[in-house]
Amino acid sequence: MPIEILMPALSPTMEEGNLSKWLKNEGDKVVAGDVIAEIETDKATMEVEAVDEGTLAKIVVPAGTEGVKVNAVIAVLAVDGEDVDKAGEGIGEEEPKSQGAAPAPAPAAAKSEAPAPVAAAPKTEVAADPDIPAGTEMVSTTVREALRDAMAEEMRRDGDVFVMGEEVAEYQGAYKITQGLLQEFGPRRVVDTPITEHGFAGVGVGAAMAGLKPIVEFMTFNFAMQAIDQIINSAAKTLYMSGGQMGAPIVFRGPNGAAARVAAQHSQCYAAWYSHIPGLKVVMPYTAADAKGLLKAAIRDPNPVIFLENEILYGHSFDVPKLDDFVLPIGKARIHKQGKDVTLVSFGIGMTYAVKAEAELRGMGIDAEIIDLRTIRPLDFDTIIASVKKTNRLVVVEEGFPQSSVGDHIANQVSQRAFDFLDAPVITIAGKDVPMPYAANLEKLALPNVGEVVEAVKAVTYR
Amino acid sequence: MATAAKKAPAKSRSDKQPNLSAPKPADFTKEEELSAYRHMLLIRRFEEKAGQLYGMGFIGGFCHLYIGQEAVVTGMKMALVEGDQMITAYRDHGHMLAMDLSPRGVMAELTGRRGGLSKGKGGSMHMFSKEKHFYGGHGIVGAQVSLGTGLAFANRYRDNKNVSLTYFGDGAANQGQVYESFNMASLWKLPVIYVIENNRYAMGTSVSRSSAETDFSHRGASFKIPGIQVDGMDVRAVKSAADLATEWCRAGNGPLILEMQTYRYRGHSMSDPAKYRSKEEVQKMRSEHDPIEQVRVRLLDKKWASEDELKTIDKEVRDIVADAAEFAQNDAEPDPSELWTDIVL
Repeated sequence: MPIEILMPALSPTMEEGNLSKWLKNEGDKVVAGDVIAEIETDKATMEVEAVDEGTLAKIVVPAGTEGVKVNAVIAVLAVDGEDVDKAGEGIGEEEPKSQGAAPAPAPAAAKSEAPAPVAAAPKTEVAADPDIPAGTEMVSTTVREALRDAMAEEMRRDGDVFVMGEEVAEYQGAYKITQGLLQEFGPRRVVDTPITEHGFAGVGVGAAMAGLKPIVEFMTFNFAMQAIDQIINSAAKTLYMSGGQMGAPIVFRGPNGAAARVAAQHSQCYAAWYSHIPGLKVVMPYTAADAKGLLKAAIRDPNPVIFLENEILYGHSFDVPKLDDFVLPIGKARIHKQGKDVTLVSFGIGMTYAVKAEAELRGMGIDAEIIDLRTIRPLDFDTIIASVKKTNRLVVVEEGFPQSSVGDHIANQVSQRAFDFLDAPVITIAGKDVPMPYAANLEKLALPNVGEVVEAVKAVTYR
Repeated sequence: MATAAKKAPAKSRSDKQPNLSAPKPADFTKEEELSAYRHMLLIRRFEEKAGQLYGMGFIGGFCHLYIGQEAVVTGMKMALVEGDQMITAYRDHGHMLAMDLSPRGVMAELTGRRGGLSKGKGGSMHMFSKEKHFYGGHGIVGAQVSLGTGLAFANRYRDNKNVSLTYFGDGAANQGQVYESFNMASLWKLPVIYVIENNRYAMGTSVSRSSAETDFSHRGASFKIPGIQVDGMDVRAVKSAADLATEWCRAGNGPLILEMQTYRYRGHSMSDPAKYRSKEEVQKMRSEHDPIEQVRVRLLDKKWASEDELKTIDKEVRDIVADAAEFAQNDAEPDPSELWTDIVL
């Protein structure tokens, strides 16, 4: 039997990639370990090695093809004694191997002019943001690109801004967020650190106390637990302890919360943790526009800002306004979609559940208002309360653990400030009260889902 | 394999780490001796007064006195130039006085009054002065080491030739982030002097009970950071080590460790009965190695000052401390509205 070579998954969140180059031609002999192709993922360009020995009988997916699904057949290998000409027959016309995978990809040439972002999710319709002037040209941008652009713009603007962290420079960012920064700004301002979170967080805070404006990237916020003493005891409290003489203008940023299949120690949301601390600001954007506008604001902010990103959202595309200097206010929620029957409050990746639930609810005749908090501290209660006064119902959605969650705090404040306006108890939807499991089915169960949101809305609207 | 390993030429210590030895104690001029005397005496008298005010209930919480260790900050300060930074942990009153922070401001902070350096919101362990380049005052053992390394990072970033004096004790020397900082400081050649104030006890635990390597000048060996042991009770020895270290850093050689062998006469904090050491041990240090007495004897021997002249200095210092204590006891408490200020800018 000829061997099918499949599109490999090269990261926990990779669903598809670009087949950028074949390094072997049809008819070439291949031994195990030979590099046969190069694949570009959303994070890096990777080499694909042959696992078996044989002759490359047929290249199914030509070089330059974008959006090749993981597990699609990309080539066929004829093993010893097999007829090379016949080995590839009938392959490539059939559906790819993976269950539920999309149809075979089209060659790049057939695509439109604009380079399609890798691993981009379907585009989300976003309500007009009053912070963006009407008529502004919008450019489809991934969250990843938006974050990079925000840092680059601020580094051009202010020589005191620099970025430090693990793999931010030569590697171009573990998640490619700092791609190109080393080339533009050099190693003085784009600083690779050893794997030493506690130490480099402290070095960053010290540099900030001396007046620089560091952006400290954590490869994930899970690792920042090693550094949390410096974040809280040194960065957040110094302004108060010094009677206002000295603070730390610093941004701690990086992916937060669950990615995909990385289990308990790499899948925790820290929104509620940091939101507990006076002296910190906590930002957690969902859209690319908010990611850009708020990261720029965070870098300019004279206080320590925790900027919580999400690995899964990095590849999502949204419209970003084409403005020379697009800065959004920290501490202001955004009405993502107006509605009158129920208020859905969420933030970060939690918004993906709210947005999908809203579409389903619309089909049932329920008009939900979605509020994207964007900032967790200071929390924009005015926007939440105004919405609750209109809809009289509130459901909060987040991925973090349920106890002492952001939703709990909101439910408490709404019950104190707008009790008379509530027609139903507030429902908070969160991740389950368990460490994140590895198995795919259990992981799915541990996270919130759209069905839960829909059910919660039905409950508070008495449907 | 074991044989092969034995046959491999042993790398000499100097291959890995520049070998520096402690310089001879500096030859002080009359002015330097008098200045050192005055500064150390101010710290001593200030701390004695703070201890007294603590006993009277004017100072609350934790209060860690610097009595016995005065030569360390005084000698180090003599080597600094404008812009050099200092950062330390919670035994910080002496460091602040050495950096010329106002005695009134420090004492009023100890009593939690509005005229305190942190408006009464920091207390004994948390005071700062951007103007005097004093970066605290930190209550978490070892945290100031990463922060001080960050100050040095800023100096290198700005290429300003300033040096960060990062103080910590023999206790903090066992914290993990100290070594994370050593690694980065050496890797990036940051201008930081790690001043390890080895006063022999991490609270109640002696160095021999807490540390596998009790020669703290060797603690940088894995990171190619040279270290020197210094008689921290002799202000001249401290000064010459400080000169060497600041020159080393300003020349772009990276970090350096100075182990200051010193001693605190009082307990770890005001609430420490110090049962872990003998009265004789303390008495021996006081009578044979006291940093202030050493200078006093030299001044008299060289006839650079008479008993009367030294008494005049004594009186001036006592007046400064009395004024600070007076202010600190009578200044108003912070306005209640201060509860809600300085949280974020």
